[in-house]
Amino acid sequence: MNERDRDRYSRQIRFSGIGLSGQQRLLDARVAIVGCGALGSFQAGALLRAGVRCLVLVDRDYVELNNLQRQWLYDEEDAACARPKAEAAARQLLRLDAECKAEPVVAHLDAGNIGEILDGVHLILDGTDNFDTRYLINDFAVQRGIPWIYGGAVGCYGITMPIVPGSTCCFACLYPQPPSGVQPTCETGGVVNVLTSSIASFQVSAALQLLCGCQSDSCITTIDLWGGRMRQIPQPAARADCEVCGLRCFSRLEGRRREPVNLCGRNAVQIHSLRGPVDLLMLKKQLLPLGEVRANELALRFFVPPYEMTIFHDGRAIVKGTTDAGIARNLYARYVGS
Amino acid sequence: MDLAMANNVTISLNGDAMAVPSGTTVAALLQLLHVETAQIAVEVDGNVAQRERWCEISIAPGATLEIVRFVGGG
Repeated sequence: MNERDRDRYSRQIRFSGIGLSGQQRLLDARVAIVGCGALGSFQAGALLRAGVRCLVLVDRDYVELNNLQRQWLYDEEDAACARPKAEAAARQLLRLDAECKAEPVVAHLDAGNIGEILDGVHLILDGTDNFDTRYLINDFAVQRGIPWIYGGAVGCYGITMPIVPGSTCCFACLYPQPPSGVQPTCETGGVVNVLTSSIASFQVSAALQLLCGCQSDSCITTIDLWGGRMRQIPQPAARADCEVCGLRCFSRLEGRRREPVNLCGRNAVQIHSLRGPVDLLMLKKQLLPLGEVRANELALRFFVPPYEMTIFHDGRAIVKGTTDAGIARNLYARYVGS
Repeated sequence: MDLAMANNVTISLNGDAMAVPSGTTVAALLQLLHVETAQIAVEVDGNVAQRERWCEISIAPGATLEIVRFVGGG
């Protein structure tokens, strides 16, 4: 470790739980953050400041004004130009530390790309906003023996739990199936901004301990922030009959047809890439006579009242103003082509 | 105290005192509360109870239960 880093991280090195050897491990670590919203953007900033410079930042979404209340890394300029969150996060992280090696990945994590995107990471932090991706991460992490830290937050209530394959139970041990029906989301239930940073702080604390080689608390932590109540419960033992960590059946990693998905907490539908990369400049020319278009090299936004389409260069699109996948597909077919 | 009350036991649920009929199982309690079971874990006296045992575990007088919800937002 060079003198500058010894100085930069001196307060962590003096902390007995980390020390010089722990700090070196943090500097050598490579961590993925899946979802760069409220949880993920806080995690990214905290991990980088702690010395984890190799960060894989995965997010499919772009910055909006209503994100700024709780998504610490972004600013008004990011929202104004609808910058993809992974790109916006990487830009901000480079300002915090010029040696940061952030790898922004503007994509929806799925069975087809998870192996490539998360290859070689030492730990995965959950910043996602949906259950499907969490079960996918759980399958991948257990299969590869990579720790991951679950976290979720809505309203004033949040929960977090580290999952260390071979040591703790996995996500599916505790919750074998995703919940059905309408779930509370940050749109319907709102969210307190310091709840997400509180949950993310617990996630980062667990991550730092694991990366430093310390035994992380095998606890489920829940926080009711408005009620000023926090609880920690010991994680149960791994289940021998758990489909994922017991029977090692990783069904979610098997490739499936990718359906459009409703985005959690948003009146929006995501259309996966149907036709591969899109020439956004050419598309802009095509769409200009039809309505308002804003574009940069990464994304194009097209207003078709009452809808708003954001098309990414990989061909993926987010259609805002509907939760109907059929309408979203039709708009995509009409304006982008499929 | 009437007879009906005499058959109740007091438990603690998520920090609040609650009276339930003596012999109530965890599964019966969740049904009573109309809880969606897929997204919860139940802690009984400090330990998470396996979900297939919810219908066997009778809640003892004075037991402390915590319904741990997992949520999707982030």
